[in-house]
Amino acid sequence: MLTYIIRRILYAIPVLIGVNIITFSLFFLVNTPDDMARAHLGEKYVDQAAIDRWKRQYGYDQPLFYNAEGEHINRFTQTLFFQKSIKLFAFDFGISDGGRNINYDISQRMWPSLAIALPTLIIGLLVNITFAMSMIFFRHTYIDLWGVIICISIMSISSLFYIIGGQYLISKVLHLTPISGYDTGWQSIKFVVLPITVGVIAGIGAGSRWYRTIFLEEVSRDYVRTAKAKGLAEIKILFKHVLKNAMLPILTGIVVIIPTLFMGSLILESFFAIPGLGSYVIEAINQQDFAIVRAMVFLGSVLYIFGLILTDISYTLVDPRIRLQ
Amino acid sequence: MKLMILKDYRLIIKSCFLMASALALSACEQPLNDPYPHTDADKNIYYSSFIEAPKSLDPARAYTINELQFIMQIYEPPLQYHYLKRPYVIEPLTTVALPTITHLDGADQVLPEEASNEEIVSSVYTFEIKPGIYYQPHPAFAQNEAGQYYYHQLNEKILEEEDIKTLTDFEHEGTRELIAEDYVYQIKRLADPRAQSPIFGFMSEYIIGLEAHGKLLNKQLAEDESQQQRTRFFDLRQYPLEGVKVLDKYRYQIKIKGQYPQLIYWLAMPFFAPIPWEAEAFYHQPGMSVRNITLDWYPVGTGAFMLTDNNPNSRIVLARNPNFHGENYPTEGAPGDREEGFLGLAGQELPFLDEAVYILEKEAIPRWNKFLQGYYDASIISADQFDQAIQVDSQGNLQLNKEMLAREFKLTAGVDLSVFFLGFNMLDPIVGGYSERAQKLRRAISIAVDDEEYIDVFLNGRGIPAQGPIPPQVFGYLSGKDGINPYVYDWQDGHAVRKPIAEAKALLAEAGYANGINSQTGESLILNYDVSTTGAPDEKARFDWMRKQFEKIDIQLNVRSSLANRLFEKILNGSAQLFSWSWLADYPDPENFLFILAGENSTVKEDGPNRVNYDNPEYNALFAQMRLMPDNEERLAIIQQMLDIARRDAPWVWGYYPQTFTVTQSWLSPSKPSGLWGVRLKYIDLDPQKRAQLRRQWNIPIFWPVLIILGLLIIAFIPVIIQYWRKERGAR
Repeated sequence: MLTYIIRRILYAIPVLIGVNIITFSLFFLVNTPDDMARAHLGEKYVDQAAIDRWKRQYGYDQPLFYNAEGEHINRFTQTLFFQKSIKLFAFDFGISDGGRNINYDISQRMWPSLAIALPTLIIGLLVNITFAMSMIFFRHTYIDLWGVIICISIMSISSLFYIIGGQYLISKVLHLTPISGYDTGWQSIKFVVLPITVGVIAGIGAGSRWYRTIFLEEVSRDYVRTAKAKGLAEIKILFKHVLKNAMLPILTGIVVIIPTLFMGSLILESFFAIPGLGSYVIEAINQQDFAIVRAMVFLGSVLYIFGLILTDISYTLVDPRIRLQ
Repeated sequence: MKLMILKDYRLIIKSCFLMASALALSACEQPLNDPYPHTDADKNIYYSSFIEAPKSLDPARAYTINELQFIMQIYEPPLQYHYLKRPYVIEPLTTVALPTITHLDGADQVLPEEASNEEIVSSVYTFEIKPGIYYQPHPAFAQNEAGQYYYHQLNEKILEEEDIKTLTDFEHEGTRELIAEDYVYQIKRLADPRAQSPIFGFMSEYIIGLEAHGKLLNKQLAEDESQQQRTRFFDLRQYPLEGVKVLDKYRYQIKIKGQYPQLIYWLAMPFFAPIPWEAEAFYHQPGMSVRNITLDWYPVGTGAFMLTDNNPNSRIVLARNPNFHGENYPTEGAPGDREEGFLGLAGQELPFLDEAVYILEKEAIPRWNKFLQGYYDASIISADQFDQAIQVDSQGNLQLNKEMLAREFKLTAGVDLSVFFLGFNMLDPIVGGYSERAQKLRRAISIAVDDEEYIDVFLNGRGIPAQGPIPPQVFGYLSGKDGINPYVYDWQDGHAVRKPIAEAKALLAEAGYANGINSQTGESLILNYDVSTTGAPDEKARFDWMRKQFEKIDIQLNVRSSLANRLFEKILNGSAQLFSWSWLADYPDPENFLFILAGENSTVKEDGPNRVNYDNPEYNALFAQMRLMPDNEERLAIIQQMLDIARRDAPWVWGYYPQTFTVTQSWLSPSKPSGLWGVRLKYIDLDPQKRAQLRRQWNIPIFWPVLIILGLLIIAFIPVIIQYWRKERGAR
C-alpha cells in the first residue's frame, strides 16, 4: 500500500504543474499585470510609472513563461511562472498582492469554514441515509412516492431561499439565533446552529435521492433475496447488510470531499458572515490578487488529490477484497 | 408496561416544558439572537458594519472609503474639516493654527501677498503643531529603564520563543509625544516604493524634491535582495527631502513648486498624518510581516480611537485612545444645525464612545435585519431596503414610513461628493469633436437620456440630476434657475424640466441625422456603448433602459459589455465611444471636479483622469485661472463661464449626483451626514441603557412555532409507523 501511495503522490506532481499552468494562463488571459496594479493602486492619479513600480515591487515585471533575455536555464527560471510557482510546492504561499501572509490567513479562515462544513456533512449524512433507507423500506408505497416528491421539491429550490428563509423565520421572526456573525470557542455555537440546519435541510433532497438510488440497486441483489428467504427482518437486512455493501459508492462520494471541507461555502458564509475560506478566492479574483488565487487553486488541487488517495485507502477498509498495488 | 410508557411520556413532556421555560427565562435577560457577548450589553459601544475588507490601513496607501472610514478615526493629519459647517471648511486639528503660506520668487525671496501668479516660483507652508499630543499606547514605543527599546531588536527566533502571533501578544507598551519630525517622516514615506502610495506621482509634481527622494530610495532598495526589501527598515530621517524640513520640535515646512491652493485639502487627508519612526523600525523587523504585524494592519496614531482588534475577514474594533489630547464638540455649525439637533452636544469633550465594533457584513439583507433588531446603530438604505423604509409624502419628499417612525428611527440624507455620468469620447469621429454638428448630436443625446427616470427606476430616487460636474455643497454649485443646464432643461414653475424629445430630434436633424439616418451616407446611426459587466441582477434592465433612451431619437445603441479591465483599456487607448463613468472627489473644491475636463488631464494624451479627452482651449485657460483663486465672486463667475462652455460642448451626459440615505437608531445622537469618508466617530454619542432595553423589547424569543413544527413532524411519522406496522404484520 505504501508503494501505491508514494506512486500516487509522484503522479500528483505533473498534475499540480498542469493545474498551475492552466491557472496562470487563464488568469493572465483575462488580466494583465497592469490591470492588477490598477486594481491595487486605484485609478486616480495612477500613472504608468506607479504601475511599473508596483509590478517591480511584487515581481510582476517579468515575462510570463519564457524570458528571451535570459541565458540558458534562466530563460525559464527568470519568469513569472517559475518564480511564483516554485514555492507553492513547499506550501509557502508567501505574501498576497495586498500584503498579507497567505498561510496565516488560510490557517485563520479554515476553522470557521470547518465549524460549519464538518457538522453539516456528518448530520447531513445521517439524515440523508436514514431518509433514503426509509424510502427503500417503504418502496412501492405512497411513503416512497412522497419521499421522492419531497426530495425533488427540496432540490428544485435554490439554496439561497433556505438561507434567506431560515434567517427570516428563525432569526428575524422567532428571534432564536443571531442572523449572522461568528465568534470563537463555545460562543460560536449560537452562530453555527442556523447555517448548519440550513445546510442540512438544503442537502436532503440531492443526498437522499442519491443514496436511495444506491440502496435500490443493492436491494435487488441476490444476497438480499437470500437473507429474506432465510426470514431475516427487512429492517435488519437494510441497516446491517445493504448499508454495509452500499458503503463503497457512498465512500467514493464522501471521502473525496472531506479534505476540501475547509474550503468552505461561498454563499452560506457570505450570508451568515462566517469569516471562512468560502469567499477567499472570490474576493481575491475581484481584487485581482493573483497570489491568493494561485495559492487556493493549488491547495484545492492538492486536497482533491489527497481526497482521492484517501478514498482508495478507505476502499480497502470497507471491502477486504480490494488490494492497492 | 403501558403505565410505565405513559409515565415516561409525561416525564419527557415535563422536561421539555422545563427546558423551554428555562430558555424563555434566560431570554428575558438577554435576547437569544444577540450576536454580541452578553457582558457588553450595557457598554458604551458603537456597532456598525463594513461591506468590504480594507486592503491596507497604512496612511500612505489607504485611499478608498473602506479604509478611510477606519484610519480617519486613528490618524490625525495636521488639518481637518469642520464637522458641521457647509460648504466644507478646513480647520486646524493638531496644529495651533492653519499653516502660514509664504510665496517666493526664483531667488527664494519672500514676495508680498499681492504678487502675481507669474512672479510666484514656489510656496512654503509652515505648520506649528500643538505640544502635549501623545501617541496611543504601542509596543513600538516601549522602553526599559535604561531607555532602550524593548522591541526594536526582534527576529523570527525571538518571536517564536515569545509566542508572538498578534500585536496584543507584546507585553510592554509605551508612548511618546507627537513632534514635527513625524509629519516630515510620513511625507518621505510617500516616496518609499514599498508603501506604494497612490499619490506619490501626483505630489511629486508639487513637493520639491519628492521625486528625487523616490529615486534615491529606489536605488537603495535595488541594492538589496528582493526578499529583504520588504522587511528592511530604512530610517528615513537619514534621507533629507529638499522641500520638507523640520524647523524645530513643533514646527515644519513644506515647499511646493509655484502655487497649489488645494494642498490645504490634501493636508486634511491621512496621507499627511504623522508616522513615528519607531513604528517603522518596529514593523520592519524579520518575522513581523509573516505574522501580518505591519503598518498595513496595525495603525499607530494620535487620534481619538486606536485599533485594538483587526480581523479584516470578520471584525475590526476601535477603542478609545487613553492618550487622546482632547477636543470639544463644535459650538457652531451651518444654518439649521441647531434645529436638527446637531448642536445638542456643543462644547462637550470628545470622544463619547468607549469602543466601536465593525462587523464584516457582505450581504444587504442580514445587515438590514440586524439593524432592525437593534444590533447595528446605523444603516445605509440600499435599493433593496428602500421600499421597506421610505415613503413619499404628498409634497414628493422622501421620509421614513410609519412603522419606522413608530420605532423612532431617524433618517438623514447626504449628497456624496461624486458624479456619475455618460461620457462621449471627444476623440471619436462620430460623437467627438467640437464642430456644431457634434455638439448638437451630443446635446440631443443629453436630452434623450432621462436621468430623472434612471434615478427613479434604478436608484429609488437616491440621486439628484446633475447640471454639470460640480455637486451641491461645493463652491460653484448654484441651485435654482441660475444653476440649470439650459441645453437640456427649461425652467418652468420653479422647477427644472427636461426639454421635450421633439427638441432632441430637431437637434439631431440639424446634426445631419434626421430620424437617426446619416444624411450623407443614408445609413442608420449606430453608436457603441461600452460598459463593464458586474453581474448585478439589474444589469440587463439597465442596458435595456439605455437602449430605449437612444431609441427615443431613433439612434441604435450597441451595448458592448466587457470586464472592467477591458473597458478601462478601451478608455486608455481612446477606442471607447460612449461609456458610463464616475468621479469621486478627494476634496470639496470645484477644482477637483472641473479638472477632470481640463485638456492637460486628457487620458489618451496625458495619462490623466479626463476620461473623455475633452480639450477646449477656452475652458483650459479659465481653468488655469480659476484653480489658483480663493473662493470669491470673481472665482464664481469664472466657474459659471466654464460650466457654460462645458454644457454647450456637452462632453458628458451630466448624469446624477448620488445621495446616501442613512437610518439611525433612536439611542444615537444626531450625526451630520458628510460626503467625505463616512461617519466621524468622535462626534457620536449613544445611550446604551436605552439600547439594551429596546433590544430586549424587540427580540423576545417565540418558541411556539417551533413546537408546532416538531408536532407536525411527529404527526407526519404516524403514517410511517402505520405502514411499518402493516408491513411487519403482512410479513408475519
